[in-house]
Amino acid sequence: MFETLSLYFSHPFVRYAMIVSVLIALCSALLGVTLVLKRFSFIGDGLSHVAFGVMAVAAVLNLTNNMILVLPGTVLCAVLLLRTGANTSIKGDAAIAMISVAALAVGYLLMNLFPVSNNISGDVCSTLFGSTSILTLTKTDVRLCAVLSVIVVVLFILFYNKIFAVTFDENFAKAVGTKADRYNLLIAVMIAVIIVLAMNLVGSLLISALVIFPALASMRLFRSFLSVTICSVIFSVVCATLGILISILAGTPVGSTIVIADMAGFFIFYVAGKAAGRG
Amino acid sequence: MENNAELLVKNLCLGFEGDILVENLNFQVNSGDYLCIIGENGAGKTTLMRTILKLISPVSGTVEYAEGTNSTDIGYLPQQTNVQRDFPASVWEIVLSGCQNTGRFFYSAAHKQIAEKNIRRMGIEDLKYRSYRELSGGQQQRVLLARALCAAKKILLLDEPVAGLDPKVTAEMYELIKRLNREGITIIMISHDVEATLTYASHILHLGERIFYGTKEEYLCSKH
Repeated sequence: MFETLSLYFSHPFVRYAMIVSVLIALCSALLGVTLVLKRFSFIGDGLSHVAFGVMAVAAVLNLTNNMILVLPGTVLCAVLLLRTGANTSIKGDAAIAMISVAALAVGYLLMNLFPVSNNISGDVCSTLFGSTSILTLTKTDVRLCAVLSVIVVVLFILFYNKIFAVTFDENFAKAVGTKADRYNLLIAVMIAVIIVLAMNLVGSLLISALVIFPALASMRLFRSFLSVTICSVIFSVVCATLGILISILAGTPVGSTIVIADMAGFFIFYVAGKAAGRG
Repeated sequence: MENNAELLVKNLCLGFEGDILVENLNFQVNSGDYLCIIGENGAGKTTLMRTILKLISPVSGTVEYAEGTNSTDIGYLPQQTNVQRDFPASVWEIVLSGCQNTGRFFYSAAHKQIAEKNIRRMGIEDLKYRSYRELSGGQQQRVLLARALCAAKKILLLDEPVAGLDPKVTAEMYELIKRLNREGITIIMISHDVEATLTYASHILHLGERIFYGTKEEYLCSKH
């Protein structure tokens, strides 16, 4: 077993995949706690479908580096979606559902009308479920991912107290003069960036798992915001690592294996929470 | 503005999406007052409070604070939201977040002292490391009150602080608020409970068809 692993890890692309997945797992877990508590669990799903749609547009336009379009497009939608909390005619969950389905439909339609390769269903499948793209990462992708992840982590730590305040009680935060809208915007931009990065890892259908499982699992066992946040990060990193190792050894698809590792972890925490009488 | 006026509301007109709720509202809250805002559902009580807090802007008219007071000197006890009921946060984290408006990234030792002081003031030292979601309704309100006090230097605004509490805890809550008032904090409270209002408040603002503002005694006379 160790021989197989050391053989795999002698290839740079496997090491890249490992680094990227740990970074993404870490970032998504950090923001996951806030999103779950703010009742925005499905934003990951919605935004990833948006990213899928934009990616199809980029493919049709024949852009060599589709990040130029995908990142700003997704960030824009994230901002629009998180704003809906306040005063819009279509409320939070409905807006997310609407945008995500629309983006999925438009993306698939475009891919069919203007096929860029002759294996459309293969392309669609790999964008939705991640499959092989994690193993085709270049050094530039890894660098971009590392830089963006570090920025997200640093911003999260700097604004940790404000993020907590805005998540717990937005009205109080505004009443004492905190610019709550600004922090909501920051959260929206960060989650959009993470989702675009995470599409390489688990694909757009499974991204929600990276966002919600660590937070939900930690909430079974821990009582304070800080301990829940720290536990989610550890949970997420451990599950992502295990998922990748298992997928290498068993030859299973990376994305779904990671999500199943998360599910198993959640189950263990759930049982432990019940046993400790806190569930 | 008169000498000890803490808050002055002039010709205030409140509305919501084009509907005018309250017109031509004038009143003044002095330092140390205990004002209760009463009225039917939909009379504009919460809208008025949100306007005083500058969360929304009035249709017309002005809300002025005494010189040297700005909106960051005001404590606010909002109604509980659904999000909060199962929120994993310790009492300490929540009370400390009352000091959030500091213009800095992290809390200083001074902020932690303020939080400690208000935890003692509310008698919830033994709950400090407990999780908010495991507390009873009355305990949760004390935690939110301690948080509001971290922000409140002069004025405390409360939006139905006893909603959902049982009679015994309700009475304790009223006593606690009265004690804060005696310690010199100006209280502005929305209430449904007219009886308790008449026991504790010094001034009454009644919103609705007929707007009344005056002392408790004047209110009782106008009833007859």
